[in-house]
Amino acid sequence: MKTFDYIITDNEGIHARPAGMLVKLATTFTSKITIGKDGKDVDLKRILSVMSLGCKKGHTITITASGEDEDAAIEAIQLFLKENL
Amino acid sequence: MEIKTGKSVFAGIAIGQIYIFDKGDKTVRRDKTTDFQGEIQRFETARATAKLDLQTLYEKAVKEVGETNAMIFEVHQMMLDDLDYIEAVMHMIENEMVNAEYAVAMTGDNFSEMFAAMDDDYMKERAADIRDISNRVISVLQGRSKTEILSPVPVILIADDLAPSETVQLDKSKVLSFVTRHGSTNSHTAILARTMNIPALVGVDYSEEYDGKLAIVDGYEGCIYIDPTHEILAAKQAIQLEDEHKKQLLLDLRGKENVTLDGTKIEIYANIGGIADVANVLKNNAGGIGLFRSEFLYLEASTFPTEEEQFSAYKMVAESMAGKKVIIRTLDIGADKQVDYFNLDKEENPAMGYRAIRICLTQKDIFKTQLRAIYRASYYGTLSIMYPMIISVKEVLEIKAIVAQVKQELDQQGILYGQVEQGIMIETPAAVMISDLLAKEVDFFSIGTNDLTQYTLAIDRQNEKLDAFYDSHHEAILRMIKLVVENGHKEGCWVGICGELGSDITLTETFLRYGVDELSVSPSFVLKVREKVRSLDLRN
Repeated sequence: MKTFDYIITDNEGIHARPAGMLVKLATTFTSKITIGKDGKDVDLKRILSVMSLGCKKGHTITITASGEDEDAAIEAIQLFLKENL
Repeated sequence: MEIKTGKSVFAGIAIGQIYIFDKGDKTVRRDKTTDFQGEIQRFETARATAKLDLQTLYEKAVKEVGETNAMIFEVHQMMLDDLDYIEAVMHMIENEMVNAEYAVAMTGDNFSEMFAAMDDDYMKERAADIRDISNRVISVLQGRSKTEILSPVPVILIADDLAPSETVQLDKSKVLSFVTRHGSTNSHTAILARTMNIPALVGVDYSEEYDGKLAIVDGYEGCIYIDPTHEILAAKQAIQLEDEHKKQLLLDLRGKENVTLDGTKIEIYANIGGIADVANVLKNNAGGIGLFRSEFLYLEASTFPTEEEQFSAYKMVAESMAGKKVIIRTLDIGADKQVDYFNLDKEENPAMGYRAIRICLTQKDIFKTQLRAIYRASYYGTLSIMYPMIISVKEVLEIKAIVAQVKQELDQQGILYGQVEQGIMIETPAAVMISDLLAKEVDFFSIGTNDLTQYTLAIDRQNEKLDAFYDSHHEAILRMIKLVVENGHKEGCWVGICGELGSDITLTETFLRYGVDELSVSPSFVLKVREKVRSLDLRN
């Protein structure tokens, strides 16, 4: 299992479009991937759950991946977050 | 024989078969089922169809508005693939043994409530996305409804009410008359009937059983006869024949000048809502097109019309009018004219909301596409542009800056264009009050009396209860028109009227005395107004 924290810097936070892109990215991996905020963890492959977290600028999120391709997943998501959020 | 009465919005007689326009029952009922697996299967099939529709929309949008703007359709597809959503629907079907429509509606409501309760304004709006995808699935589940006229011959169309997005899709050559249960004499359907020159009634209580029956709509008496007797039929046919005769007499006025007995002249142009209306403009010998409502391009499409599509429509009209003036009004949607793909929010008070020029100045890409198309087409005829819903000089200056940018880009690309007169609609009390300042910035004014009256009298023109309070000849409106003409003329602007009032021949003399330069009316009214003008003598 791999995990990392990230602080959102984008002004809009994880709204519909980035949530969609993030979920799309997560579904390309077989590992179980979650996103957590304030102690609540949800499946990163489910867009409604991700959106329901309401992640905004300044919030700290925790990404966790466990499975065969967890390393690749963590790397790709980290890159995506840095570039987009 | 049965007789039903209503309020007439346009005189005349129509005889034909009744066709009841059915939007489909949009309400979702809770039905018990024993075959929950069958319902789950129905849900899955409908979900797949809905996703395919979204994919088509997405692909079209990518090409036309770019990937970023198209992304919302992809997000909608992902929402339909969301396991929480799917599981919630299936769970409900199985546990409660209910129909798929109900489970989808309930799940949609639950999820959208969850978003609506969030403390983030942006996320609150996502509640609408969930309802949107749920409604999409529900409409697939319920099947297509009877919103197209399938009859081979023209019919009397009866409906509860018709939205502009519905009337725009109708094959109008198949409609002899409109009869609606709701809607006021100023509703869009009423205006459409007047444009089409066909009798119409509003406020008529009808029964579904009328579908397919022979009927007579009498726009003089404000009633409809269902299964008329032979005597009534013969009497009404005689009136119809007489009307036809009068129409022929008017046609003799073609080619004659719009001049009063004392020599005062006025231009009489026509209002059109699409390319199909141009034939009527020419037939009725209008001097030009005073209001070309460009919305049809947007209302008829399932996504943003491209520059090429718009260009070819404007070019065709410009060429058909062979040098006569054509005034194109830029996009005027919002309020009561809704277009799905604009994704406009539901507003408490749409008439005063995000509409017309406000959309154009916010979503400048849409605006620039239209301006480019108009400018390119201006090479092929005499085009003018007018901008709707103006309330300030600042807006006009902003528009002029965008126009300058568009022209500069065309210059750089070596694309030719003609001289394009710039005008604005005067349809808000604010524009009337500052018309002296606005006149310095533009070439012409066109007074939109429908909205101006609604805003000035604070009367919603779609509200049938207010018909008794609505006075289109209100002194306030007449004074406003007089003021606008005076202020316009001081700065060398010509002033026209393109609202419904323009075709009111009881006011033609007043307008001539005010010095109005142009009246733009439905094509079918051009000759009637000409006849009136030619009978007046302002020396009296």
